[in-house]
Amino acid sequence: MKCQHCEKPATFHITELTDPNGPSVLHLCEEHARTFLSNEGTATPASALSSMLAKQLKIEKAAEELATADKKTCPICGITFADFRKGGRLGCGYDYIAFEDDLEPLLVNIHGALQHMGKEPTNRSGSPERQHRLMQLKVEMKDAIGKEDYETASRLRDKITEVETGDESSWIEHEPEELDDDFQSETPIV
Amino acid sequence: MRGQGPESDIVMSSRIRLARNLSDFPFIRKCTPKDRIAIATSVHHALDSLPLSSDAEYVDVAKLGDLDRQFLMERQLISHELSESQGARAVILDPNERFSIMVNEEDHLRLQVMQSGLDLESAWQRMDQLDNQLESKLIYSYNKRLGYLTACPTNVGTGLRVSVMLHLPALVATKQIDKVFRALNKINVAVRGLFGEGSQFMGDFYQISNQTTLGKNELALVAKVREVVPRLIDYERKAREFLVNESRQDLHDNVSRALGILCTAKKISSEETMHYLSKVRMGVNLGLIDDVKIPTVNKLFIHTQPAHLQKLCGHKLSVTDRNIERANYLQLHLTKRPESEIN
Repeated sequence: MKCQHCEKPATFHITELTDPNGPSVLHLCEEHARTFLSNEGTATPASALSSMLAKQLKIEKAAEELATADKKTCPICGITFADFRKGGRLGCGYDYIAFEDDLEPLLVNIHGALQHMGKEPTNRSGSPERQHRLMQLKVEMKDAIGKEDYETASRLRDKITEVETGDESSWIEHEPEELDDDFQSETPIV
Repeated sequence: MRGQGPESDIVMSSRIRLARNLSDFPFIRKCTPKDRIAIATSVHHALDSLPLSSDAEYVDVAKLGDLDRQFLMERQLISHELSESQGARAVILDPNERFSIMVNEEDHLRLQVMQSGLDLESAWQRMDQLDNQLESKLIYSYNKRLGYLTACPTNVGTGLRVSVMLHLPALVATKQIDKVFRALNKINVAVRGLFGEGSQFMGDFYQISNQTTLGKNELALVAKVREVVPRLIDYERKAREFLVNESRQDLHDNVSRALGILCTAKKISSEETMHYLSKVRMGVNLGLIDDVKIPTVNKLFIHTQPAHLQKLCGHKLSVTDRNIERANYLQLHLTKRPESEIN
């Protein structure tokens, strides 16, 4: 039997079990089998995710909505939702908040849940909301320096130090968005 | 793959993996070369002050040659992604290969703990300790609602992948394997061939793992994979029994021929080697072959892979030379040599 992609003999007979249309059999030469198998290890989760996303978005969203979602940009890392859809990988922790509305149906689809139930780090300062708060304060400080408003700049610098060294309470009370309730909630959503 | 531990005739190894990211850096796709270096440096510093690292070795993967990277991949200590990506990346290796920590893979940190045979509970305990130690020195990206944040949403929450590698030659031989896998997929347990999806030519090794990481705690995820394993063991044993009952003589002939080819071939590819070693392994476990030991077979699965063979020879070999060298190596170790010769 010849390889499906070239004239060489097919020495690999691979059953693809993840095909949504049921198992399919591939007949490949050693070289093409290697390419296929090495892609399996890396490309598949992302491409499976992309196709899952595409499918889901197609069902649930009109083209207009999809275009709007695609344009959403993370204020921290700068990736758009379209970038994520193409590569299947997020750019930073804050993407989970920036793209929350669009990621939620996907998370439900993958995990059937939206609430973490496992272990927690003892140091909880590594939240993306904190990163976002720090970034905002740094931008404000830069603006103040640009306007030669050193009094405000100095106040903002102290605030940055407080957020950087403090615990959750030192920044979360200043969080301007309506995220607090959701993120403080202990109740599983699903 | 030491051939020890509970159910080790069918269960090769238990493996637990955690995905973690450092809060002060973007995820890998948005990391600058400088960020990647800074991540590797902070992990290296953190490890220096931890008890786990007293014997562990920090290996700069970017500085390794092709052969060394492939060697680590064949031992499942690093992934294809870590091996082939660009920029600063590293792996921390335990000398006994009981854990490895990949740095700058898909996530900043990929911790994995390995255990011979079926022993997920103690693998998880060791992983939990390893994670706690690292967490005391590094700040992880974490959100109260979604848990540990990961580059791919398929890993978010616990970041936990629990997997068990099984040797299922009789389920393959009786053509029941696809049926079993379809049943597993329905209950959110994923199945992969050892070197890829459903490949039957790679020694009949299959890895089962949890598909979801969010919404259940770590012990529940461990239990979910754990509870499937006895059923798979049972199916495989029944399929072996069926093969023996159907025609013990045919089966004996089949596994003996496999051993014969491995002992006498003058040139043999790694795929063909895995195919026949798998039959021999089943033959030994069923008492049909008595002059070969399971640890020898397990080691041969690894030692006959391309990078291992070249390492054992001490130099690079072409594909043809590898096939000749592999045949020599198999002959040397399968023809009634003492165990101590394979290290």
